[in-house]
Amino acid sequence: MVYDAAVIGAGVTGAFIARELSRYQLNVCLLEKEEDVAMGTTKANSAIVHAGYDAKHGTLKSLLNVRGNALMEQVTRELGVPFKRIGSLVLAFNEEDRSVLEQLYQNGIQNKVPGLRLLNAKETVAMEPNVSHRVVGSLYAPTAGITCPYELALGAVENAVQNGVDLKRDCRVLDIRKEKSMEKGQENFVLTTEQGEIRASYVVNAAGVYGEIVSEMVQERSFTIHPRKGEYLLLDKSQGNLVHSVIFQTPTKMGKGVLVTPTVDGNLLTGPTSLDVSEKDDVGTTAEGLEKVRKEAGKSVPELPFRDVITSFVGLRATPDTGDFIIEASGTVKGFLNVVGIESPGLTAAPAIGEYAVDLLKKEGLPLVPRGDFQSVRKPIVRFREQTDEEKQRLIRENPLYGNVICRCETITEGEIVDSIRRPAGARSLDGVKRRTRAGMGRCQGGFCTPRVAAILARELRIPEEKVTKKGKGSELLVEKRGSSC
Amino acid sequence: MLNVDLAVIGGGPAGLAAALEARKNGIEKVLILERDKELGGILQQCIHNGFGLHYFGEELTGPEYAERFVEQVEEQGIPYKCDTMVLHLSRDRTITAINRTDGLMKIKAKAVVLAMGCRERTRGALNIPGSRPAGIYTAGTAQRFVNMDGYLPGRKVVILGSGDIGLIMARRLTLEGAEVRMVCELLPYSGGLNRNIVQCLEDYQIPLKLSHTVTNIFGKERLEGVTVAQVDSSRQPIRETEEYVPCDTLLLSVGLIPENELSREAGVPLDRLTSGPIVKETMETCVEGIFACGNVVHVHDLVDFVTRESITAGRCAAEYIRKQKDAGSVPGEDRKTGGSAQDQNKDVAAEAGCQSDGIQTVASDGIKYVVPQYAGRGEHPEGLKLFFRVDGIYRNVRIAVQCDDHEIYSVRKRKVAPGEMETLTLKPELLGDLNTCSELRVELVSQDK
Amino acid sequence: MEERKLTCIVCPMGCQLNVTLNGNTISRVTGNGCKRGSAYAREECTAPRRVLTTTVPVAGGAFPLVSVKTERTVPKEKIRQCMEEIHHIHASAPIRIGDVLLENVCDTNVHVVATRNVPAAGTKAESPKVRNEDRSESMQ
Repeated sequence: MVYDAAVIGAGVTGAFIARELSRYQLNVCLLEKEEDVAMGTTKANSAIVHAGYDAKHGTLKSLLNVRGNALMEQVTRELGVPFKRIGSLVLAFNEEDRSVLEQLYQNGIQNKVPGLRLLNAKETVAMEPNVSHRVVGSLYAPTAGITCPYELALGAVENAVQNGVDLKRDCRVLDIRKEKSMEKGQENFVLTTEQGEIRASYVVNAAGVYGEIVSEMVQERSFTIHPRKGEYLLLDKSQGNLVHSVIFQTPTKMGKGVLVTPTVDGNLLTGPTSLDVSEKDDVGTTAEGLEKVRKEAGKSVPELPFRDVITSFVGLRATPDTGDFIIEASGTVKGFLNVVGIESPGLTAAPAIGEYAVDLLKKEGLPLVPRGDFQSVRKPIVRFREQTDEEKQRLIRENPLYGNVICRCETITEGEIVDSIRRPAGARSLDGVKRRTRAGMGRCQGGFCTPRVAAILARELRIPEEKVTKKGKGSELLVEKRGSSC
Repeated sequence: MLNVDLAVIGGGPAGLAAALEARKNGIEKVLILERDKELGGILQQCIHNGFGLHYFGEELTGPEYAERFVEQVEEQGIPYKCDTMVLHLSRDRTITAINRTDGLMKIKAKAVVLAMGCRERTRGALNIPGSRPAGIYTAGTAQRFVNMDGYLPGRKVVILGSGDIGLIMARRLTLEGAEVRMVCELLPYSGGLNRNIVQCLEDYQIPLKLSHTVTNIFGKERLEGVTVAQVDSSRQPIRETEEYVPCDTLLLSVGLIPENELSREAGVPLDRLTSGPIVKETMETCVEGIFACGNVVHVHDLVDFVTRESITAGRCAAEYIRKQKDAGSVPGEDRKTGGSAQDQNKDVAAEAGCQSDGIQTVASDGIKYVVPQYAGRGEHPEGLKLFFRVDGIYRNVRIAVQCDDHEIYSVRKRKVAPGEMETLTLKPELLGDLNTCSELRVELVSQDK
Repeated sequence: MEERKLTCIVCPMGCQLNVTLNGNTISRVTGNGCKRGSAYAREECTAPRRVLTTTVPVAGGAFPLVSVKTERTVPKEKIRQCMEEIHHIHASAPIRIGDVLLENVCDTNVHVVATRNVPAAGTKAESPKVRNEDRSESMQ
């Protein structure tokens, strides 16, 4: 068969494009090279829903940021994804910073960002008592917020799958060519993948840091995407209340600075560093990077208790050389759309990028006939811990697996873990379960639940336990079953 | 609502000993809540021998040591619930717990013993840079894979940290056919018992690299190797000594942390030095009717001491329950601290209560911590037992106890090390002056002149 | 004449012992802080012995493995060989703590015994592990 559209890359961008396409009477496939969705830039970033004062007025970034921000409430409600509009503060520590804030403010007004206000030192400290008292002023943006990036992507993918999109994981695209279509008497694309050839009339390149590689499969290079590495520290939940909004530093020539923010799960997150790297899979933290985060974050919030760090991680931003999102149909190859260079504020913009990209496909000739049976709502995994006692009681009565706590730190039950595996686009690895349920994300970082989750995965996927992986092929947790003689 | 006299949270060695002792002291309605599928706690995966030398005078394996208590629990008919997770403990001693068969339960107890044990420190807490591949486990997780589930987690192993579980796992994995390349220890001395260094490392020619740490982690899917470097006196890696060690597994044995989420919820004040509840010599915390024992209070190196401490907790909890009954007070109507106080500073207030009731013990020169943190001002017919750890390796020292500035006790030690918990007993006759004393200070005095 | 260095494990002191060996007889022990150290050195240098603990897979058990030990110490040099023999044990539930699973391992005159109970799978003793004294207390 020939798909009407193939979306390459199941990060948050590809996820929302696929979901948007699933509103119409189309055969769509979503191709992901990793064993799970949301494994690239989407997996590890600041998780901020930006207000939109930062992106330069008139750019695609500014347009889609503000639109994405406005869509976020509805989208997260439909997809059952956490989102908190907690507001943000950009801190200024000197007069030079303050004049930058003034420019940001003006830019934000032009971008139509609602509710922006410049605060003096006193107002700032009143709002966030734990920020450095060296602060001289700040820019307050009430519409900024926080979400969980991979849950947002997962929600969009699951919803797309619910509405008929074919998700293919472990399906790297190796080559793309055009051929005359037998069925439709016109040209279509042939994608050579790890799972054989896939045919599609339209192709969307949402391959993140690999975007230029995919683009070059069909056309001359017209842009480059640099991976830019950012290192983060995540602190224990006991510290989640240290600040209540997203705390940015004033951007300088040296960079955008390090932020400090609560997460939707109540932890405290700080980072990122910013370093251009050559490898597209360089996700190792460094001693220097983490030290830099500690030092820089301390400028905003002096009392950060780094002894409560529970983990550190690296995110790679897909930084384009153009300075703006690249969302455009190929000038030379009809039916091919690049959606690349989606660096910050890409997470915020994602729902708007979905709309924008599908609109471009329409202009390219893709017929959009709405489906009558589109389901906009995705049922999230029930979070046992967040239920009332009565609800908990009911859940266990209906399914005793909810009475079995697997992850002690986060109170994640077997019921939730089984759900995360069995649902559409379900988890197939330890990390997959972790991202969907938070099992293993707490203080003990999986020390207690890893063997137990591995056993459940083996049972549910009907594979031997020694085949259970952390994150796909090659990352098996165990090497051998001992004494299997009987 | 289920009403019990004593609820014991945790069915490991601490909880079992406390429950048994309470029953021996006449408490009928005891209930043990255990999250795992059987009683015994972490001992069930500690299949090596060396347990019980102090308490039973013989050498037992972990499961055997556990079984001695489990058997008695069965004989005594003490009720327990396995596969049962306590979700919440409130200050008025109401427990919310779940399991598959009972669903969600509320349990009201006249007294509670906290016996949740501890968890292992992780890579995150150490901030080792590098990638995040499969093959990095805490030593205890690996121990469970091997000893309970029957799987080998890797073939070429580096162990970071020379805590006892790490040393034990070095031997265990070697016996199961893995190659343990080395054990690295950040400090210039091992945190484990001597006997384990000899029998687990030296017996198998596994190098122990003191003052070494893992500086980087490599491998995308599965671990491929680590770099190991010597550290200087301020524990910073010396770059020139960095060496790449190929391995598919890194085990972390870098310390244990008492698991006190439930204690915190109940407003039980914790000691920053032990990370466990502040306790009196009765093992009662600063919240009335809530007792604690074992590794949830402070990390022990020998289970025998856990047992002893838990017997104290069980006995004193029993005494507390009897007194409440005699006084005819309604359980849970906590006269001193009130019910579900929303007060942010409730644990501060609770500690003030502890303070007014007893004499504080203080870890002074060379001492890391002292348990119990408070001793009652009343009689101590059996003397007062103090547990403590030193903060470094010292030779030829005197351990002294000062009652304000008056030395009431002193003992000579040829060698003390942080890896071995120390204990001393102040005889009743020494404690006569306690009423006049504001604090008991434990300190190390050098004998080298 | 041979010199050997040992760490004494009798007490937490960890004395560094120097043992002078003359073939299989010990002529001198130094570095020990007490008599027990000397005794330890003598046995450790002439005939070191260890208790071996490991696990054996169980067929039909509530748990996949049973932990085992050599009832007494076995010669240290036979540890590997003993592991090999123990690997060939076929055990079936139910198993009681103390059950002999292998007699006279490697001709050492020492038995390998179970160190825990493993009830048969699906039996009453297995699950649910709940003992309720008085259900009437419960008002569900």
